[in-house]
Amino acid sequence: MKIVVCIKQVPDTAEVKINPQTNTLMRDGVPSIINPYDLHAIEAAVAIKEVMDATVTVLTMGPPQAEVALRESIAMGADEAVLLSDRAFAGSDTWATAYTLSGALKKLGFDLIFCGKQAIDGDTAQVGPAMAEFLDIPHVAYVSKINSISDTVVEVRRMMDDGYDVVETSVPVLFTVVRELNQPRFASLKGKMRAKNAQIRKLTHADIELDEKDLGLSGSPTQVKNIFAPEMKKERIVFEGSPAEQVAELHNVLKSVKCI
Amino acid sequence: MQIKVDRDLCTSCETCIASCPYEAIVLQEGKAFVNEYCQICRICLSVCPEGAIKEVPDVQDSADSVKDISAYKGVMVFAEQREGKVSQVAFELLSAGRRLADKLSVELFAVLLGAPESEANELIKWGADKVFLCSSGSLTSFNDEPYTDIVSKIIKEHKPEIVLTGATAIGRSFFPRVAARLHAGLTADCTSLEIEDGGRNLLAIRPAFGGNIMATIMCPDTRPQMATVRPKVMKKCACSANHTGTIVNIDVPANGKCRTKVLETAKDTDFCSINIQEAEVIVSGGRGLGNPKGFEMLKELAELVNGTLGASRAAVDEGWIPYNHQVGQTGKTVCPKIYIACGISGAVQHMVGMQSSDIIIAINKNAEAPIFNIANYGIVGDLYEIIPRLIKRIKEERG
Ligand SMILES: Cc1cc2nc3c(=O)[nH]c(=O)nc-3n(C[C@H](O)[C@H](O)[C@H](O)COP(=O)(O)OP(=O)(O)OC[C@H]3O[C@@H](n4cnc5c(N)ncnc54)[C@H](O)[C@@H]3O)c2cc1C
Ligand SMILES: Cc1cc2nc3c(=O)[nH]c(=O)nc-3n(C[C@H](O)[C@H](O)[C@H](O)COP(=O)(O)OP(=O)(O)OC[C@H]3O[C@@H](n4cnc5c(N)ncnc54)[C@H](O)[C@@H]3O)c2cc1C
Ligand code: SF4
Ligand code: SF4
Repeated sequence: MKIVVCIKQVPDTAEVKINPQTNTLMRDGVPSIINPYDLHAIEAAVAIKEVMDATVTVLTMGPPQAEVALRESIAMGADEAVLLSDRAFAGSDTWATAYTLSGALKKLGFDLIFCGKQAIDGDTAQVGPAMAEFLDIPHVAYVSKINSISDTVVEVRRMMDDGYDVVETSVPVLFTVVRELNQPRFASLKGKMRAKNAQIRKLTHADIELDEKDLGLSGSPTQVKNIFAPEMKKERIVFEGSPAEQVAELHNVLKSVKCI
Repeated sequence: MQIKVDRDLCTSCETCIASCPYEAIVLQEGKAFVNEYCQICRICLSVCPEGAIKEVPDVQDSADSVKDISAYKGVMVFAEQREGKVSQVAFELLSAGRRLADKLSVELFAVLLGAPESEANELIKWGADKVFLCSSGSLTSFNDEPYTDIVSKIIKEHKPEIVLTGATAIGRSFFPRVAARLHAGLTADCTSLEIEDGGRNLLAIRPAFGGNIMATIMCPDTRPQMATVRPKVMKKCACSANHTGTIVNIDVPANGKCRTKVLETAKDTDFCSINIQEAEVIVSGGRGLGNPKGFEMLKELAELVNGTLGASRAAVDEGWIPYNHQVGQTGKTVCPKIYIACGISGAVQHMVGMQSSDIIIAINKNAEAPIFNIANYGIVGDLYEIIPRLIKRIKEERG
């Protein structure tokens, strides 16, 4: 079974701040990391390899420095890593990202594709399902458990807003995974050694044979028009005094809004 | 298209360097320079005080990429259902869709799959002029492929200029497939929708970078303009039994693929009887509770005020309360009348999920906690001093 995991290198958004004066992003010293959900995708794939005959390839589309993320995935147990990089891909929205990645996936071949639920920078959760459409395969989003797996059928649990569904799907198939699925492993020492020396396969526009007008900015229907800081509420009242006095004030507020 | 710095205008202030999320701007020969890491996210364009950063078209960028978009008219809402009942988010979207349709002077369409005609009539009361209904029982449980087939087909035939759905597990799963098939732009998880002044373009505002920034997204050259909208951020308008509309019955396409099958559907067993996204009052606890018993105290308060329990991710990660109570970026978005945050510091990832609540009350022993920045009422103090007293007082008053 051939498993491909799609990963994205992202700025660690927990450390990204916006400067309220200038409305600009401040990312001084913010490290680049593997998208946290993608770690769960890698873990799922590597865990499958431990119980059945399978190979794990990690694929990322991004600038050359994304190679670091690929090496980390090899350290976690992936067999092979592919970097899809070309200036022609810059400015891709989710449509163009998914389209370009699907071109690479067709070339690589696959039975199972794992993605993270969403990337923590763009935060759209759209790339996975869109890729499945371009590849004409089914997908299941928000997978929180893999119940059973064979070469032809997989049964999974997907999270819904009000509970969960148990879904059976044929193979080939694409899954997007949530944190609840598993606990990503740490890289082993042996894995790190392997990662250091691993060959990263590089693909460019020329290798995937897609029409230039559908790539990068020109293939992207959405445009980011501007960005700004989230607004914060202004007026606020802080209750002072002893706990008893504070509670009396709070009680009044709840009463005034007919909460009690 | 490329992003370039005009070296003559650049004063080397380095503002742009810190703002680029992809480390694509460096100083080269004393001036800012955009290197090959640039993802053309456009964030730096608005940052430069000198206006030195510009979009420069590539040679092959030409006007022929602009498609004829004038054939697209109308606003369409995909109304999701669970177990045959239309979800609340559909009514919120019809209210928002009605406003956009009126502004554009066009019709408001709804699409409903796997629910009976009585539910389609509800959609009309909430503002739909026309409902495309496919009531086949095979669509009651959600499978991505048939939903994608039917919705894509309706869009191709009726050419709405705007198509909306909830940013729910269902909407976020199959709308990207529809957008992929139609080569349409899809803006994710919007919190505000407007029409561009003097034009017909949709301006969709959404949080990104974990809620640290808001972005306005447009699709000026393509139609339809699609968006998923976060539940609970659009206010429901009043429904009117007098509003009239038509129902168009459609069949399940004969040769559609469906390679997934829903074997079982399970509902969350709630810790509380009131669903968190429907609740008018939410009493929410964080790591500051210190132990799982804290939630028993909060539950007592929640029951007294007719509310339910919420939680920060830290509290969920501790295992003090089930995940379905988590509020925030990776949990639920809520918009109750009153949100009482107890022992929650106010990380952005938490605040994006609750900041549109009507009244926010924060109880935290640290006066510097960011939660106070968005609270209408703040109490700096130990929650174990405050809440038991409040419970006692409410009980006393009731006698
Ligand atoms: C502020 C801002 C707002 C944006 N809003 C939108 C929008 O509303 N609509 C839109 O279409 N685009 C939008 N974009 C563009 C979008 O972020 C990029 O296209 C991005 O490359 C992919 O989207 P994502 O980060 O949301 O990924 P998601 O769709 O959230 O990623 C899900 C999964 O797909 C896989 N994946 C994603 N990207 C890659 C990759 N490059 N290589 C390998 N695997 C990958 C990973 O497994 C990942 O976990 C926005 C960009 C910015 C800067
Ligand atoms: C990608 C990503 C997604 C995330 N998604 C979410 C999400 O959906 N929802 C979410 O909530 N978080 C989310 N987080 C986590 C978030 O960043 C914070 O870590 C989390 O919200 C902190 O929870 P907390 O406020 O309960 O805990 P803390 O930050 O530890 O705050 C505890 C607070 O309690 C106060 N306190 C302690 N004791 C008392 C007392 N006796 N009385 C009164 N106050 C007291 C302290 O002063 C402190 O302010 C996410 C993070 C990441 C990176
Ligand atoms: S923000 Fe403008 S002026 Fe400042 S370094 Fe960047 S390009 Fe130059
Ligand atoms: S467009 Fe975005 S990625 Fe490119 S230089 Fe500007 S901020 Fe950086």
